[in-house]
Amino acid sequence: MKRLLAISAAAGLTLLTACTAGTENAAPKIEKSGATHEPVTIEFWHGFSADNELKAFEDTLAGFKQKYPWITVKPTKAVQDTQILSSVRGGSPPDVALSFTTDSVAQFCKAGIFQDLNPYLKASGIDAAALFPKVIAEYTQYDGKRCVLPMLADTYGLYYNKKLMKGEQPPKTLSELADLTKKLTVRNADGTIKVAGFVPTSQMYENAPIHSGVMVGAKWTNPDGTSAIGSDPQWKKLMTWQKDLTDWFGYDKLEKFRKGFGDEWSAENPFNQGKVAMAIDGEWRNAMLAADAPDVDYGTAPMPVADDQPQRYGAGFITGTIIGIPRGAKHPEAAWDLVRYLTTDTGALVGLANAIRNVPSTLPALQSPDLKKDANFQTFLDIFANPNSTTQPAHINAVFNQQTLQEAQIKWESGRAPDLDALLGQVDKTINDKLKLTAG
Amino acid sequence: MASTALGRRGRTAPPSPVGGRRRANLRALLYLSPWLVGFAVFFLYPLGSTVYFSFQRYNMFTLEPVGLLNYRYFLQDEAAWTAIRNTLWLVVVMVPLRVLFGLGVAQLITKIKAGAGVFRTIFYLPSLVPLVAGTLGFVFLLNPATGPLQTILSAVGLDSPDWFGDPAWSKWGLTMLAMWSVGDLMVIFMAALLDVPKQLYEAASIDGAGAWQQFVSITLPVIRPVLMFAAVTGVIQTLQYFTQAEVVARAASGATDSAGSVFTPGYPDQSTLTFPQWLFQQGFRDFAMGYACVLALVLFVVSMLFTAVLLRQFRGFAEEEA
Repeated sequence: MKRLLAISAAAGLTLLTACTAGTENAAPKIEKSGATHEPVTIEFWHGFSADNELKAFEDTLAGFKQKYPWITVKPTKAVQDTQILSSVRGGSPPDVALSFTTDSVAQFCKAGIFQDLNPYLKASGIDAAALFPKVIAEYTQYDGKRCVLPMLADTYGLYYNKKLMKGEQPPKTLSELADLTKKLTVRNADGTIKVAGFVPTSQMYENAPIHSGVMVGAKWTNPDGTSAIGSDPQWKKLMTWQKDLTDWFGYDKLEKFRKGFGDEWSAENPFNQGKVAMAIDGEWRNAMLAADAPDVDYGTAPMPVADDQPQRYGAGFITGTIIGIPRGAKHPEAAWDLVRYLTTDTGALVGLANAIRNVPSTLPALQSPDLKKDANFQTFLDIFANPNSTTQPAHINAVFNQQTLQEAQIKWESGRAPDLDALLGQVDKTINDKLKLTAG
Repeated sequence: MASTALGRRGRTAPPSPVGGRRRANLRALLYLSPWLVGFAVFFLYPLGSTVYFSFQRYNMFTLEPVGLLNYRYFLQDEAAWTAIRNTLWLVVVMVPLRVLFGLGVAQLITKIKAGAGVFRTIFYLPSLVPLVAGTLGFVFLLNPATGPLQTILSAVGLDSPDWFGDPAWSKWGLTMLAMWSVGDLMVIFMAALLDVPKQLYEAASIDGAGAWQQFVSITLPVIRPVLMFAAVTGVIQTLQYFTQAEVVARAASGATDSAGSVFTPGYPDQSTLTFPQWLFQQGFRDFAMGYACVLALVLFVVSMLFTAVLLRQFRGFAEEEA
């Protein structure tokens, strides 16, 4: 009996070691144009699920089929990152996978979950540095490996409701934003909030520190990956500003007001409904406002900046959708054809950008005359092109770091943690300890 | 070869006691083999893997031996200890309250003469509601801005606390949710209460014992094994408490799974963070599977301790019965 158990345990461990080894794909063979091709069907997993997005995507894939008639793409919609990971672990990944978040790029590259695309780019003669804006390199590669490419980008700015602004111009500094917020806020007779000029807490939909930190040019990490949050005075500046304005509202009143909001992605969004005069949001809100609240007269502007950094006005946060070839993909060459088409073909990118109102992610697509550019959308194109715009560079603990700072912000703005220096010091310690655990 | 040997032995001499015992053991092993295979594949192998991974930096794709690093990190991981404290709070407060409430409801329903079936159904139904749906419903009911409870309280000039937004109230909110779905315990208690011999109550009544005395001296001793079962299984379930806490934190914080929206498990201030939740976050969100294995082993040991208590108690009851 004991021997049997020992044998099964040993077999288990052997299997385990074998299973974790995984397989790396061989170097790509990129065929010259004009070569004959065998018909091939590739699996493509993506996260799009809304009807308008799916329609736009189908149109784009139809364009791909015209250009690459021997490749049939079998798309699967509404796929999350966890499903991609499971499929790679199980040895049956799709040929191409798309993710909406850049948070896991470091893990994708470090663990080889997605293949390094540098050899593909080289074999196809694509100069990524000349094709993509510089900031994109920070969220599509890690430790010398470019394991994903950008397929459209997102930028964040300030939306303002012209009717609720009562003739005021959008603020350019945090002081102006605070003053305007107080001026535009309307309260009910019982003191509860009826209309907020701006909701300053980090818990408001897109006010997460990853977006709002750009307003003061705050840094997340040092070059060695350790936390810069406690040592960068900009975070303290931002959080003090947020707390002062939160206290002006009253945290409890503001929370009660916030908890009366509908779903961010529905027509019940408070900006759509005229409950907030100004809000931080991504460029996609243009399409959502057009669909859900066409009567709202609104404008867009860059996010305000710290009073002592007027030269940074115009900058914003940049991120985007990423796409790559998972480890173990059965048809990597055909997969690369699709990835290359979706990330570098100007017509495909402009068509998608126009349909779902995202920012195209290549320089030629940005300059394309076919790109629809109304004034409100142009704001986001300008933010994307602004040299002071930043992203969160790929980090092995990107999500954990964001969670840690967000928790500290909630404690601080609620008044449950009164010592900001101690709080940010604790954030540093937590992030640095985790870095030792996961990266050594 | 084997049949020849057996045949020769069969012709020449009767089987020795040792050989017979060995054959019997082999036969028993053969009969047990499906279970043994299942035990090895579904318990021993995962357990062995968990121990092995706990000494590795394992991101689910690559392994790197790190000695006791994961164990040392556990000792200094404040969130893990917060999760332990929260889980113990739920064990100490939520489990007893749920047992008491379930017993109280069962006691009342067994006394009802008219419409008992209707009441049993009403109280049992919530336990059939899927966990996620029930939890979302509770977050909606207790929403301090738009919830029906707040609407009722507002009518009389009162203010509802921010049940799932204030760390002082959030665990009480989860406790209320647990008590709402007490139907599973209620059914077990009802069966136990109806099983108490009626003549004991009649005799006690003739002797002048009041309702409370009857409950303490007759009902409780008779249903003690059922109470113990409810308590210990409740403790083990609570050690694995995950879904309700996860859904409450997500719904109350307003975090979505979209890019740029960070979910803070245990919202607010990690007050609803339970041990299995933290384990899940470490393994499947942060790719720190080696550390998650340490947490899994801690949970395993603690659950085994409670299981040992359960087995010991039941053995005690069995001996008393005998």
